[in-house]
Amino acid sequence: MLMTEAILLTIFTAATPLMIAALGELVTERSGVLNLGVEGMMIMGAVSGFAVAQLTGSAYLGALGGIAAGALFSLLFAFLTLTLVANQVATGLALTILGLGLSGLIGEGFVGQPGVKMFPIVIPFLSELPLVGKLLFSQDAIFYFSIALLIAINWFLFKTRAGLTLRSVGDNHKSAHSLGIDVIKIRYLAVMFGGACSGLAGAHLALVYVPQWVEGMSAGRGWIALALVVFASWRPFRILVGAYLFGAVTIAQLHIQAIDINSLTFLPSWLFYLAELIKAIPSQFLSSLPYIATIVVLVIISRNRRLTLINTPASLGKGFVPDR
Amino acid sequence: MNKNDAIVEDNVGSQSGDTMLEVRSITKKFGDLVANDAVSLKVTKGEIHALLGENGAGKSTLVKMLYGSLQPDGGEIVWHGNRVEILTPSQARNTGIGMVFQHFSLFDSLSVAENIALSLGKENDLRDIGQKAREVSEEYGLPLQPDTIIGDMSVGERQRVEIVRCLLQNPELIILDEPTSVLTPQEADNLFETLARLKSEGRSILYISHRLDEVRQMCDHATILRHGKVVGECTPANETAASLANPMVGEEVGDVSRAAVTTSAGDVLLELNNVNQPAPTPFAIALRDVNLKVRAGEVVGIAGVAGNGQSELFDAVSGETLSLQNSDIRMRGNDCGTLGITGRRKLGAAFVAEERLGHSAVPDLSLSENLVLARHGSDAQTFLGMGSLGVIRKNVTRQVTKRIVEEMDVRKSGEDPDASSLSGGNLQKFIMGRELDRQPSILVINQPTWGVDAGAAQKIRQAVIDLARSGSAVVVISQDLDEIMEISDRIAVMSDGSLSEPENAETITREDIGLKMGGLGHG
Repeated sequence: MLMTEAILLTIFTAATPLMIAALGELVTERSGVLNLGVEGMMIMGAVSGFAVAQLTGSAYLGALGGIAAGALFSLLFAFLTLTLVANQVATGLALTILGLGLSGLIGEGFVGQPGVKMFPIVIPFLSELPLVGKLLFSQDAIFYFSIALLIAINWFLFKTRAGLTLRSVGDNHKSAHSLGIDVIKIRYLAVMFGGACSGLAGAHLALVYVPQWVEGMSAGRGWIALALVVFASWRPFRILVGAYLFGAVTIAQLHIQAIDINSLTFLPSWLFYLAELIKAIPSQFLSSLPYIATIVVLVIISRNRRLTLINTPASLGKGFVPDR
Repeated sequence: MNKNDAIVEDNVGSQSGDTMLEVRSITKKFGDLVANDAVSLKVTKGEIHALLGENGAGKSTLVKMLYGSLQPDGGEIVWHGNRVEILTPSQARNTGIGMVFQHFSLFDSLSVAENIALSLGKENDLRDIGQKAREVSEEYGLPLQPDTIIGDMSVGERQRVEIVRCLLQNPELIILDEPTSVLTPQEADNLFETLARLKSEGRSILYISHRLDEVRQMCDHATILRHGKVVGECTPANETAASLANPMVGEEVGDVSRAAVTTSAGDVLLELNNVNQPAPTPFAIALRDVNLKVRAGEVVGIAGVAGNGQSELFDAVSGETLSLQNSDIRMRGNDCGTLGITGRRKLGAAFVAEERLGHSAVPDLSLSENLVLARHGSDAQTFLGMGSLGVIRKNVTRQVTKRIVEEMDVRKSGEDPDASSLSGGNLQKFIMGRELDRQPSILVINQPTWGVDAGAAQKIRQAVIDLARSGSAVVVISQDLDEIMEISDRIAVMSDGSLSEPENAETITREDIGLKMGGLGHG
């Protein structure tokens, strides 16, 4: 039982940054901007979060530092793609490459130093509930925030006027402009929100997941977050499902590698053979599962073109130049 | 002052009480092009004022300035006797000017209520808008379901959304940009009733149209624009369609000449047999049991309101979408339902798609390069040399381009300019010429003269008729009923993916066609 709980806890920890980064990117994409720089913004958030926490001794200030770094870094992307109307795909890729390099430079002095860990906040009474108590109510602050963020984004997008305006810009920026909506301003805000979320997700890695700075520690999570947005077909609650699914796959892959097959001889023979079979799967295959799952989902949802078109922001990735 | 209110600069003297809007020598330039050159006009309270002109005459530019989407370079706008500056569309709406766009202003993935909410002020609660929209839409006889997604609606229904959205802002002046170009005659009649009602409430309407009959019936005044200048003002009811058209065009527009069909018993060159096709996208139309036989020597016109499957039909005939069965489509006696575009072109067919830039021509390539792109498959011997290397024969492509340009009177700048530098009409003439130059025995055209000025349109129509009379089978798909009536020998109507039995153009009436467009009268 304790073992299962510990594994589940690690799944939660692995899923939280994926979810936060994907939610931020979802808001950005809903406004019609495709920012492929999530990985770069995340690693910038990680190094800044770690550095601020180190210098101030506060993990919470570290998280704020991560948010600020992600938002600032995304501002560069926003300026290039929105003001100068550069190609979004190329600029996003460049942002990732720049982020990976720049974070290595900034973090050079922090390599190997012990980090400041963000400790769980145990909620009285609720945390003593059987099964879910420990999982849901004795987590770090960023986890609670991620759940609040999910609910808030869903409410914002579908129940408020500002959210409607944001979706309208993503659907048809020309029409939005003709209604007097400031397309560029809304996209700036959406990109920066996405950047802030990626930054926080990165800070989570450096403050909760592995409280340490390791170069390149985002390790492709930004790409998984990007895939998640498509996997979720731009619906916030499906991001929750996807993030935990992908988090579970990541953790399962680690544990399967660690299993000593000879310790399982007590199992019925068919289960033993199954375990042997699973263990025979190369770990590289397991770590590519999120991407394979995304492709499968893409194929499935594209069978229903109507739903895809209604959820996919129609001006995604297209630059906007207003009439004079 | 509310920042969204138009800036009232000063009171400019005594105005006769019922002048609502006055435009005084307004000017707008785009680079070297003067889109509006000292345009003036007056709209009084409770009138329907027509704005007439060809494509490119500057009508849209003018109304965009009134609606705040564009800023004038000179001149002034006077609203109820006060000079105003309208910097944004929301200022225009707060001033009392509403606009119903022709294209591109609804959000496909949002619901009716959400679309309406976006154009209303922040003081309106999102939850009440659906109910309000329903009330207004019923009051004006324009029924709407607030929860429907725009992408699922027909063009006529979308226009209703646009009008209801505009009415909810309670405007004094409503600008309508070619509202009937996408409607069936019956839907248009409903619109006219709504407009009469709005007029009786004391609202004014600025009505852009190129349909002269409806302008004559309905409008109290008309201002005619040509090349960005006002060339005439009149009371349409006192004019004839021809006397309205002549100043628009600046020259007498001749009729196309049409010899009687001599080869009425010509061979069937193009044959569609029960063509069925599922809709490729949720916003497209499925083709249902389409049958058609086109004989040598005749022009078959396919009428219909936009978005009833015409583009899908064109794609099926041209081979952009392949049929499931080879026998669905026959050209010159050969089954070719599963044959690609080049294969069909090699059978002697030619196709001209609706979208000129980006579909029929690559915008950033020169005319001669576009020529090779279209014909390297079907006329490889002519254009490509050195055997399988397929090197383009520059001198041949130049010669042929020159021949087409002369034949079709394409006006261009430079020897071999990019396709995107030509005006719509001239590019269309070039594309038509490119296909006609092959002397195709089957020609299928979608919207041959959309957005083309009257002179070029006449040239294109004449070329189509001449090709048919020389023994080819021609199919013309068009939303322009006048055009269909003018050039067709037989007329069929497309409605919701079905094609009616073609009828003789001499005997079919506009009313028949209108009923079939609305999906009635199939039998």
